[in-house]
Amino acid sequence: MKALRNYIDKIKPQFQKGGKFEKLESTFEAFESFLFVPDKVTFKGSHIRDAYDMKRTMIVVVVALIPALLFGMWNVGFQHYLSHGESVGFWDIFLFGFLKVLPIIIVSYVVGLGIEFAFAQIRGHEVNEGYLVTGMLIPLIVPPDIPLWMLTIAIVFAVIIGKEVFGGTGMNILNPALTARAFLFFAYPQDMSGDKVWIADKADAFSGATPLGNALTGHFDQLPSFNDMFYGLIPGSVGETSTIAILIGAAILLFTGIASWRVMLSVFVGGYLMGLIFNWAGANEYMNIPPYYHLIMGGFAFGAVFMATDPVTAAQTKKGMYIYGILIGMMAVLIRVVNPAYPEGMMLAILLMNVFAPLIDHYVIEANIKRRLKRIKIKA
Amino acid sequence: MSEEVKQREPLFSPKNKKLIFNPLSRENPITVQVLGICSALAVTAKMEPAFVMSLSVMVVLAAANVIISLLRNTIPTRIRIIVQLVIIASLVILVDQVLKAFAYDVSKQLSVFVGLIITNCIIMGRLEAFAMGNKPWPAFLDGIGNALGYGWILMTVAFFRELFGSGTIWNYPVMENLGLYDFGYKNNGFMILPPMALIVVGIIIWIQRSRDKELVEEK
Repeated sequence: MKALRNYIDKIKPQFQKGGKFEKLESTFEAFESFLFVPDKVTFKGSHIRDAYDMKRTMIVVVVALIPALLFGMWNVGFQHYLSHGESVGFWDIFLFGFLKVLPIIIVSYVVGLGIEFAFAQIRGHEVNEGYLVTGMLIPLIVPPDIPLWMLTIAIVFAVIIGKEVFGGTGMNILNPALTARAFLFFAYPQDMSGDKVWIADKADAFSGATPLGNALTGHFDQLPSFNDMFYGLIPGSVGETSTIAILIGAAILLFTGIASWRVMLSVFVGGYLMGLIFNWAGANEYMNIPPYYHLIMGGFAFGAVFMATDPVTAAQTKKGMYIYGILIGMMAVLIRVVNPAYPEGMMLAILLMNVFAPLIDHYVIEANIKRRLKRIKIKA
Repeated sequence: MSEEVKQREPLFSPKNKKLIFNPLSRENPITVQVLGICSALAVTAKMEPAFVMSLSVMVVLAAANVIISLLRNTIPTRIRIIVQLVIIASLVILVDQVLKAFAYDVSKQLSVFVGLIITNCIIMGRLEAFAMGNKPWPAFLDGIGNALGYGWILMTVAFFRELFGSGTIWNYPVMENLGLYDFGYKNNGFMILPPMALIVVGIIIWIQRSRDKELVEEK
């Protein structure tokens, strides 16, 4: 370790202004802060730099994603062998899923980080750690059988049009991972929906419909049991099936204070409320399923915990967070039940509210200003 | 022009040439003035309709420019908009009928958008900004120039949307003949949807502005 540190310190001047490789400064910087804790100190004024920087934030989110990822890998294998009616040992199941998911993760990181580095070079700013999380989220929200070239195109689109165009990490309006998924969904619908794609190398005779697919086509008798859906023993995108693995991640995020509990809670409340409203209306069978089913089916829990809480694209004000979250939950269930073209509403609901988040914040702040102005006037 | 200068200007003087070539880049109606976006989104899923649309706009714009320019001194200012509209509408109906008679299939694809040329901002914009204050010949050139500027953007957008969305170029199945489908290639359905046209236009604007820094607005 020491030798590496010394080596980096030795070659550092070559990458700084006036050095031989001055153009590659941000690449060098990125690798340095990847290997070591950034040792930047402020040199002006009495400010203290918190060790809680972007690098640590992003790493914590990636750690929170690991339960969902590991379970997802196992479930990919489990669903595959289940569809073929074979029973094999735990490690065989896991290995199958691991080999299915690993290429997706590698492609996601190589393509995404490649673009990030290129843009950092061209624009002359530091490479941001933001993609570490996006790169982990994308494999978790795509079907396990996704062709890698499609994934590549979607990531290129999401990182360039969804993020870099607006100025990179922290400036994006839409969640980049969801942008990639939305792109895939609209560009290659036959590979992103239906009952063929959710189980890797599915046996033809086996129905691979997700709970949402079953609900949409009216096969309510084929809905998996509550326990299966809660534990995640259902077909679906890689990381979204298991509510319990997602809740472990949620606990990590909430304990470290990275994700906002306001957003998370209000998304669940909104979804439950909308479910209750549909129960009350009760016009068809889909409207009559228990409201808590909505929270554990499809990508609802995953979206609520990892996507809606993205600090960049969510509302920033406290009141705004409640409004933002509740609307996401309600919209997601609304799209699911009412619109037959979209079995899963979570992605569209979050993207829509991403766009509205600045507007919500604006009105919350305006209302606050008005309220306080009134107070002054009464005193005067 | 002042009263003393009476000598005739050559037909393609540098000034007149500018009228044709400026709208292709610096003053492009779509990418710089951001006019006529609606039709650019609607008809660019394939190249053929995009071409017919550009041609129709060119005919309407050039003719309307000339007619308005001829009438410019007789139109009372207060009712000029309605006069312009009447002229545009008559020309659009003519174009629409001609298309229906001679290119029925394309006309069906373009459907309502031929009629909507009436509301194309480029045409009203050029009539107001140019034809009302210039002689017929420069007005004609201005019309042709702007329609060309509109047309090449439309064709570029349509080229990429058709190639990646349907796998064809002008209905010629390129992707199939290249044998890409055998490798598992699939057409990108998002390209057919109008939002993608907006994004392609955005990318063209991005490229144009990073090449020509003068177009970038001050912050």
